[in-house]
Amino acid sequence: MANYSTNEFRSGLKLMLDGDPCSILENEFVKPGKGQAFSRVKLRNLKTGRVIEKTFKSGESLEGADVLDMDMQYLYEDGEFWYFMEPDTFEQHQASENALGEAVKWLSEQDICVVTLYNGAPLSVVPPNHVELAIAQTDPGLRGDTAQGGSKPAKLVTGAVVKVPLFLEEGEVIKVDTRTGEYQGRVK
Amino acid sequence: MSNDSLRYRSELLQSLRSFFQQRRTMEVDVPVLARSTVTDINIKSINVSVFGDSGYLQTSPEYFMKRLLACGVGDIFCLGKAFRDSEVGRRHNPEFTMLEWYRCGWDEHQLMAEVTELIDELVRRHTSADLAVSKLSYADCFTQYLGVDPHSAELSVLRQMAVAASSHSWATETRPNCLDLLFSFSIEPQLPGGLVFIYDYPACQSALAQIHLNDHGQAVSRRFEAFFNGMELANGYAELTDANEQKSRFEKDIGQRLRDNKPAVAVDNKFIEALESGLPQCAGVALGVDRLLMQLLAVESIAQVMPFSWERC
Repeated sequence: MANYSTNEFRSGLKLMLDGDPCSILENEFVKPGKGQAFSRVKLRNLKTGRVIEKTFKSGESLEGADVLDMDMQYLYEDGEFWYFMEPDTFEQHQASENALGEAVKWLSEQDICVVTLYNGAPLSVVPPNHVELAIAQTDPGLRGDTAQGGSKPAKLVTGAVVKVPLFLEEGEVIKVDTRTGEYQGRVK
Repeated sequence: MSNDSLRYRSELLQSLRSFFQQRRTMEVDVPVLARSTVTDINIKSINVSVFGDSGYLQTSPEYFMKRLLACGVGDIFCLGKAFRDSEVGRRHNPEFTMLEWYRCGWDEHQLMAEVTELIDELVRRHTSADLAVSKLSYADCFTQYLGVDPHSAELSVLRQMAVAASSHSWATETRPNCLDLLFSFSIEPQLPGGLVFIYDYPACQSALAQIHLNDHGQAVSRRFEAFFNGMELANGYAELTDANEQKSRFEKDIGQRLRDNKPAVAVDNKFIEALESGLPQCAGVALGVDRLLMQLLAVESIAQVMPFSWERC
């Protein structure tokens, strides 16, 4: 991969830092009028998700990271790996539980996800922003309680637990925002 | 940039000129394009081709203004453009507006008082707020905020502190770079609001300032900086008038540039000749007009106060 100098740092640029691929979130140019110029950079470690801050002297450079975001279709899991397919080439990739992270609790077969490839292998998976899933388990519905606006926990077929209105029952399909984990509405 | 800030910029330029007219200070309109440039190791000039020869956009009007001072023109100011390569950010644009002025027979503390008068007048006129003003030495800053004397501390101690402040390897950095890092990242964000003057900079950061002994007998530079709400606004000196000393500082810069693989720059001999012919004792200061506008308008980015920032040029 190419090296990138501090003056090429932009948010979204993927770089190697201490052996891990990172993505630049912010880059601030700091320079006393007569003094040394610095780049203060906020990066997200793409393996751990942690945000780190680093200061570089202007002109220093870092190696680019071979990282690529790609839309892929989730196919199935075999207990050890989760399988994703590139829609154009039908090429399949297997992602570990680690790469899946939180995404695992939202995925249904055939969902289109953003898979981040690092050196050609899945590093992380972002599920669709909105998913429709059936309720597997929840306390009995309390009809007539809709005006009160109360909520109760409901376990979905994928394992995620979300807060839903009291009137919903097992077997009903709901729409959830995977970014916040919030209930969006009932799917009829 | 909004219509309001465009008008505000126009009013500010008029206010600056009228401040100096009232004080009977002559405006000088010096070149921004010249055959020579500064040797400062941390300033990158924009190199241009003129009739096939090398020319430079000036990084400040300082050398031309001092050549005029050496001719005996008396107090002068310049309000114009300055250029610095590779400087782009929230507080930087490669082309910017600089106000620079000189007072013959004054020292740096008298000039700091005049900077205060100028800023106070502008703040009153444009924002009708009260201006808080404080003044402390570079050593006071480091003692107060970091518990270390910047002039006497061992370089190894400064390096350790720089590593701690930046979470990066600075183990082999130079003294001025460690001091810049600590000042920028550990002190600047803690400076009080309003106008803050820092004076008596380290001798290793003298540039074109005289050197004298502080109260503790340490050699320090007669250089000051003004910070406005935590942002560097102005840089001033009790000007070095000794041509030989100035020339040897330039040559030291040139040697450092060579070691750092930075573009070679020649000494501006016309400037040195002017010093040899006699620069009057004087104090001078350069102030970033765009940054002043940022503070008066309370905006976060220099692009918000420029009709066309570099991104849009």
